[in-house]
Amino acid sequence: MIEIKELEKRAVEIRKRTVEIIHKASGGHIGGSLSSVDILVALHFGVMNIDSKNPAMKNRDRFIMSKGHSVEGYYSTLEKRGFISSELLDSYGQFNSPLSGHPTRKTPGIELNSGALGHGLSVGVGIAIAAKRSGENIRTYVLMGDGEHGEGSIMEAAASAGHYKLNNLVAIIDRNQLQISGRTEDICAVDDLEGKYKACGWSVVHCDGHNMNELLKCFNAVEKQAEKPTCVIVHTVKGKGVSFMEDRADWHHKVPNKEQIEQAFAELDKQMEDIENAR
Amino acid sequence: MPDKVIPCRKAFTETILREAKKNPNIFIVTSDARGSVTLDDFANTLPDQFVEVGIAEQNAVGIGAGLALAGKNVFVCGPACFYSARSLEQVKVDVAYTKTSVKIIGVSGGVSYGALGSTHHSLHDVAVMRTFPDMQVYLPADRFQTERLTEYLASSDEPAYVRMGRNAVPDVYTANDTFTFGKGKVLTEGQDVAIIATGETVYHALQAEKELQTKGIRAMVIDMHTLKPFDKDLILKAAELCGCIVTVEEHSNFGGLGGAVAEIVSQNYPVKMKILGIPDENVINAKPMEIFEY
Repeated sequence: MIEIKELEKRAVEIRKRTVEIIHKASGGHIGGSLSSVDILVALHFGVMNIDSKNPAMKNRDRFIMSKGHSVEGYYSTLEKRGFISSELLDSYGQFNSPLSGHPTRKTPGIELNSGALGHGLSVGVGIAIAAKRSGENIRTYVLMGDGEHGEGSIMEAAASAGHYKLNNLVAIIDRNQLQISGRTEDICAVDDLEGKYKACGWSVVHCDGHNMNELLKCFNAVEKQAEKPTCVIVHTVKGKGVSFMEDRADWHHKVPNKEQIEQAFAELDKQMEDIENAR
Repeated sequence: MPDKVIPCRKAFTETILREAKKNPNIFIVTSDARGSVTLDDFANTLPDQFVEVGIAEQNAVGIGAGLALAGKNVFVCGPACFYSARSLEQVKVDVAYTKTSVKIIGVSGGVSYGALGSTHHSLHDVAVMRTFPDMQVYLPADRFQTERLTEYLASSDEPAYVRMGRNAVPDVYTANDTFTFGKGKVLTEGQDVAIIATGETVYHALQAEKELQTKGIRAMVIDMHTLKPFDKDLILKAAELCGCIVTVEEHSNFGGLGGAVAEIVSQNYPVKMKILGIPDENVINAKPMEIFEY
């Protein structure tokens, strides 16, 4: 088991890379990428059974990036985890790059083409049903946005997961409270998320999305949930790690300029130092 | 009509049950459409290969894609009107774009539901489905062709959309006929006019051909069971040989078989064309055959 400090350092490096590739590509979804990074690090380094040398490994755990727009944080995680090369990631935003602005299955480690919201949980239900019927001991994790919960198809999927008692399925909600036009509860309230999932027959737990220790504990405790799918509502800050982007709807897909990049790097370098100096 | 005819949907369910008994990776997903697809036998015989999601077409297609990503060959079955509209984004993204082994089986297509009205008609489905890269589109003409097509799809891992009608259709073929899916089938060898039909209109095209014969006109009737990939070479051959083309389909006059043929001939070998389909207006309340006559 990798120690917490090491994972925290990786998260900072991935945040730096995320900010960098969005700047270089002159486009991307920076706020939701940064809010998801710690979740992605916890899953890819501390929870899921996956192998970067063999991305199609038969008994791998599955991860579905339903909030596909947060692809830069996802690509940067896959780079750090060894699924994609730095050369490939550097091509992001270049003409005819194999890396699309939303995830595709052409990229090693990615299971589903996504980007249209509200699709991932149904696909996760399908994988989880197949695994149960085939007696495969694998787990499927689906990461969704909170704003994404405006899409009614998610509730269709949630109902079927409860009906089929898919205890091998974990829905993760990046609850950063913001969507492109403002606060989720002002635009068209998505709460009570906990109540909605519970009504569909799920176990629901809450977790601090920027506390690595808590994320690991929470995801690894899912094993013990019997006869029910689990929804983890992860409380996060959109734009996490860069002060002037944090909790700001306008940083949903704004591109940092040169000065902003320098400030972002300085702040992230400071965070790295703090982690190294911490006991 | 000849005796003992059965609807294509029934031919599909009988064949897929046979195939699924041999191959445990074949799955059926449906959305409270056991009755309309005639899936009761399958659900009772192979419950572990059957997934019911209730009235939720978007979820059905997404679950189908998930099953396929986990190695299953999935047939998502239900009314064509809903699967080609309500769940269209799931078909576009989770099936066609992700290139999953999912076959959308749209039953009771066209105006099969008759007087149930426009909510239940699917006269747009070919137009939308054939614009998705990697999506195959099939309209079988009768029960025998449906059987062969189902066997073919049971061994294919490509995405596809199949549209069939609700009602029994007269046999066009026999149990011994074979088909090359992806290629049209020439049924009569005339050279005065090409009549290109698809799905359950093939039978009617053959009836028309007989009538034309009595007037001394020899028609080349082509069954375009596969609308995608589209047999461009055969269309051009028919255009060159006959010099004029009539297309016949149970679909909007826009974007279906007629549109597909026009796209080919207009850019390669322009000939006179007549597109016979459903005009751009809401369909009257009547039985399917009465709608065609109207």
